[in-house]
Amino acid sequence: MRREGSPFTGVMTVAFKEAADHMTSARMHLIMLLVLLTAVGAVYAAIGEIRQTTAEDPYLFLKLFTVARAPLPSFSSFMAFLLPLLAIALGFDAVNGEFGKRTMSRILAQPIYRDAVLFGKFIGGMIVIAIALLTLWLLMIGLGILLLGLPPSGGDMARGFAYFAATLVYTGVWLALALAFSTVIRAPATSALAALSAWLIFSVFWSMITPLAAGAIAPVNPLDPMTVLGQVHVQQALARLSPVTLYGEIAQMLLDPASRSVGPVFMSQLEGALIGSPLPTLQSILIIWPQIAGLFAAMVLLFTGAYVVFQRQEIRA
Amino acid sequence: MSTPVIEASGLTKRYGGTAAVDHIDLTVEEGEILGLLGPNGAGKTTTILMLLGLTEPTEGSVRVLGRDPLREPLAVKRHVGYLPDAVGFYDTLSGRENLRYSARLAGLDETAAQRGIATALERVGLSGVGDRRVATYSRGMRQRLGLAELLMRDVRVVILDEPTSGLDPRSTSELLSLIREFAAERMTVLLSSHLLDVVQSICSRVALFNAGRIGFLGTVDDLVREVADGAFHIDVGASGIDIGTLAPEVKGVTACADMGDGHWQITAARDVRSDLARRIVARGGALTGLDARRISLGEAYNRFFREAGHEA
Repeated sequence: MRREGSPFTGVMTVAFKEAADHMTSARMHLIMLLVLLTAVGAVYAAIGEIRQTTAEDPYLFLKLFTVARAPLPSFSSFMAFLLPLLAIALGFDAVNGEFGKRTMSRILAQPIYRDAVLFGKFIGGMIVIAIALLTLWLLMIGLGILLLGLPPSGGDMARGFAYFAATLVYTGVWLALALAFSTVIRAPATSALAALSAWLIFSVFWSMITPLAAGAIAPVNPLDPMTVLGQVHVQQALARLSPVTLYGEIAQMLLDPASRSVGPVFMSQLEGALIGSPLPTLQSILIIWPQIAGLFAAMVLLFTGAYVVFQRQEIRA
Repeated sequence: MSTPVIEASGLTKRYGGTAAVDHIDLTVEEGEILGLLGPNGAGKTTTILMLLGLTEPTEGSVRVLGRDPLREPLAVKRHVGYLPDAVGFYDTLSGRENLRYSARLAGLDETAAQRGIATALERVGLSGVGDRRVATYSRGMRQRLGLAELLMRDVRVVILDEPTSGLDPRSTSELLSLIREFAAERMTVLLSSHLLDVVQSICSRVALFNAGRIGFLGTVDDLVREVADGAFHIDVGASGIDIGTLAPEVKGVTACADMGDGHWQITAARDVRSDLARRIVARGGALTGLDARRISLGEAYNRFFREAGHEA
C-alpha cells in the first residue's frame, strides 16, 4: 500500500530536540567529563613519552594518539573503550523512554510518520556525538601544538580527519545498538544493561574468546604448518565480528603510516618493501576500507533492525 | 446537511486469535460529541488507534474527513487531534516548550505557533504557569496542556481517551466545560470513558462497547428507552413496615429490591405510586419517600451489559 507524504517530515525537528535534550542532560555531561579527563591524561602522558624516546619521526603528531605510557593506555584505545559508553548513554532509553513517559502516542499522533521519530533520534544522537568528537579532536590537536611546539603537517591532518570520521562511524554502531535495544526491550534499565553487556563482551571478553573458538574450529596440526595460518585466519575473522576489533585496525592503519597490513604477512610479500617508510594516506585508507565498510554495515544493519521492530510495534502502552 | 466526519465499517482488529475489535460500524457527524462507553478492555482505545491510523485494522475500512488514515496519515493527523489516556509531556521542558515542539512537528510556522500557544494556554488557564517545567504540573494541568495542544493545532476532530480518569471533581468539571466549548466551535469530539456521568453530561450520542462490539449507538434517551422497556422505577422510603413482602401484592410490580436503611427500589409496569402509598399507610407504616424516576445512564449501562452478558 502506498503512503502519501514524505516519511522525513519532522525528522530534523525530532533530531534537534533530541540533540538539545542530550546537550543539557546530566548523563551526557558526566560521560563527556570522563572522556575528556582520560583523553587529556592519555595525550599528556603520550607527550611525555614522545619527548623522551622519539628523536625524529615524520609523523610525530599522530604519535599523540597512539603512544602510551604505562599505566595509561593510548588515546585511541581509550576512545575505543569509552566512546561506546557515550553512545549507550545517549541511546539506551531513546524509544522505551518515550513509552515510559507516555509521550510516544502523543508524538505519533502528530502529523509525522513513525520513521521520523527513529531517524530523528538517531540523527540527534549523531549530531551530539559529532560535536563532542570534533571538540575532542580539536582539543587534542591544540594540546599537541602547545606541548610539542610543532604544527601538524597536511598528511597528519588528513589522517587525523580520516580517523575522526572513522571514530564517528564506530560510535554510530554503538548508538544504533543502544537504539535497537531500546526498541526491543521495554524497560530502560534492562535495555541499558543489555547494551552494557554487549559493550563489555566486545571490548573485554571478545579478545579472550576468539583464540579459544578458533582453536576449536580450526585445530592446529603440528605436521602441517598451513593449519597455523588457517587458525589465524579463523581467529581474525571471528575477532572482526566485533566493532572494537575493526575500529582498532582502522586506528592502527590510519595513525601509523608505516603499518602495511592488518593481517599476517609473509616474508615473500615484503620483498622490495621499505620497512618503516610511510604509506600515502590514501593507500592506508584503501587497506582498511573493508573495515570501515564493515562498521558502516553494522551500523546500518542495527538501525534497520530497530526500524523494523519499531514500525511494527503496538503503540498502546 | 452535515457530512460524516468519521466513517468506519466492518472495522476489526485481532490480536492473535482474539478479536479486540469485532466488526464495528460507526459514523460520526460534524460537531457532535460522541461518547465511547464501555468497560476496560472493551476495544475503545483500539478503535481510536485505528481511526487515527496508529494501528492497522485487520479488516474493514475507515474514512476520516473522507481520507484513509493508513494511506494518507499525515493529512488525517493534521486535522485530527488525539489526547491519549494519561497524556505524557517532556518533564524537563516547560509547558510552552512542549507545545512549541508539537507545533514544529505539526509544521506550523514559528510566529503563528507563538501566538497560537499563547491563546491556547490562556484558554485552558495555564498561561501563568506556561514557563514552568512540566514536572511540576499536576495531572489535571497536564490534561489541560494536552487540550491546549489540540487548540493550538486548530484541529477539526478531537479524540480524547479517558480525559478525566484520575482527576478530582473540580478538574473534571473544568475539563468537561473546555470540551463542551470545543463542540460549540463545530469541532467534532470523540470521547472515550468508563465514567458514566462524564459521558451523560456532555455527549450528544453514546456508543456502548462490549467485548469488541458496539452494542448500542444512539442518544442517552434512546438508550434509556431501549433498556427500560417503558418500565417505571420507583424509590420508596418507609419505616415500620417491610415493603419487600408488601410490594408483590400490588398489581403491576415486577421487581422489588431492598436497598437497606429503609429504602426499596421497585420496578413496575405502570405507575403504582398511589396504590403503594395507600397500602403502606393502611398497614401502619410511615412513608418517608416516594419518587418515580427515570433510570440513569448508569443503570441503563449496567442493565445493558447484564443483558449482553446473558446473551453471550
